[in-house]
Amino acid sequence: MMRFLVRREPNFGMTNKNMTNEELKLFTTEQFPFLIIEEGNEWLTYYVEADEWKTLAHQLRNHTSLQFDFLFCLTCVDWKTHLTMVYHLTSTTFKHTVVIKSKLNREKPEIETVCDIWRTAEFHEREVYDLFGVQFLNHPDLRRLLLTDDWKGYPLLKDYDDPINMIKL
Amino acid sequence: MYRTTDILEHKQSPSAGGVGEAEYMVINVGPQHPATHGVLHLVITLNGETIINVEPHLGYIHRSIEKMCESLTYRQFIYTTSRMDYLSSHINNHCCAMSVEKALQIEIPERAKYIRVILDELTRLASHQLWWGAMAMDIGAITPFFYAFREREMINDIMEETCGARLTMNYMVPGGVMFDLHPNFQKRVKEFIAFFKSKIDEYDEILTGNVIFQNRVKGIGMLSKEDAISYGCTGPTARASGVSCDVRKLYPYELYNNIEFDEIINTGCDSFARYQVRMQEMKQSLKIVEQLIDNIPEGDFQAKTKAVLKLPKGEFYTRVETARGEFGVYIVSEGATTPYRIKFRSPGFSNLSALNHMAKGNKIGDLVAIMGTIDLVIPDIDR
Repeated sequence: MMRFLVRREPNFGMTNKNMTNEELKLFTTEQFPFLIIEEGNEWLTYYVEADEWKTLAHQLRNHTSLQFDFLFCLTCVDWKTHLTMVYHLTSTTFKHTVVIKSKLNREKPEIETVCDIWRTAEFHEREVYDLFGVQFLNHPDLRRLLLTDDWKGYPLLKDYDDPINMIKL
Repeated sequence: MYRTTDILEHKQSPSAGGVGEAEYMVINVGPQHPATHGVLHLVITLNGETIINVEPHLGYIHRSIEKMCESLTYRQFIYTTSRMDYLSSHINNHCCAMSVEKALQIEIPERAKYIRVILDELTRLASHQLWWGAMAMDIGAITPFFYAFREREMINDIMEETCGARLTMNYMVPGGVMFDLHPNFQKRVKEFIAFFKSKIDEYDEILTGNVIFQNRVKGIGMLSKEDAISYGCTGPTARASGVSCDVRKLYPYELYNNIEFDEIINTGCDSFARYQVRMQEMKQSLKIVEQLIDNIPEGDFQAKTKAVLKLPKGEFYTRVETARGEFGVYIVSEGATTPYRIKFRSPGFSNLSALNHMAKGNKIGDLVAIMGTIDLVIPDIDR
């Protein structure tokens, strides 16, 4: 009789299938009402508070109907008033994509690491730390990656001035 | 090389502190090492001959291309990407040109699409040939290198005739390609296909079936499917672990949804599987070029575009399949003539991050055979 005891995951009427952008939007807004949506992009884009990011990341990765297991792009953008972390996630099972952004304080940029969820983040976060100075909390090995250890400043910030500027010379 | 017992007996202190009874030794491979094919510095911690940890040190040729691109126009920034993955320079250029076209909704002529795809596949072939020769040389077989370069030279000559360059082609422009094909192009490509078809089996005979070679690469550098996804691996590295990630199939661009070809997936997960995937991909690339070369339509090779390109405000992510995996361009535009921020998602960078995981527990002698099958191109990693 065991075969009748199939446990069903509560998935809000959604079956485990490929979701279009619209379906994904409906589903995620129901699941995560605290997210702020950004319109006008190719993919579904959400803003999340930096301190909520880690919890959200866990859910995005492990939820049975989401399974965002592939972090294909992790980067940061300097908007002069604040920094924005950008995470591009896709699911290799369902092929849907979501973009998560998080605004960081430019004076003291801090966000939780996700390298225990997506291993590729370890290198990418080191790169972002190297070029933008974002502190990834609980990162196992946060050091400069591309630049030398004694480098001063963070070159991809908009107000960074290179002491040897080829254009000004 | 010291063995752990020697170190313990003679109380010689290894260069790194020991943990418990086992004393670890630290070896530097690179930055100048023939097997890294560029300036990659690996700090390897060893217990005897067993690898405990591999720590890549990058950035010896970091040029901060992303920062440079912020002051280059949308016509200029394409050329910096040839200097990243110099073996897939054509495909990198293709991605950048496509991202600009996608943002400005430029429809490119059919002829340009054919030219782009044929050249992409020829580039992939040339890249895999170089990888094959260099990888064989890394693990001690010299002859394949000359075989590979014999055929690669033919592709380089075709490129030189049509694009005017052998390595950094810079042939793609937003809207199509820079100039029309050389009159000899079709003839020479057909010559090359006929020649290479007779030679590709030779590749298998000399190396793939070789028992010594197989013993070197089988069962080392294991990368499971879950780990390949988690480490963000793409391209042949991931496909050899059973991950379906060919951008040409998943997110078809240009003509790829009308072309008949197979996505090569292998579930071997080891170095030999990665080797086999690339060998079979060469045959698929040949198949693609064969399908297209006789059907290149007449017409324009470039769409009419404005002299000054301004991308609308917004974000654009475009990706292509290079010889090493998924190459992505993420452009943040503020509506100006130069991008506000550009991020290049390079396949080599993510593939390299899995190296430590793959090499752990293997012998130091196998490291080169593992590294060889990831097919690292250092400028692609450092950017």
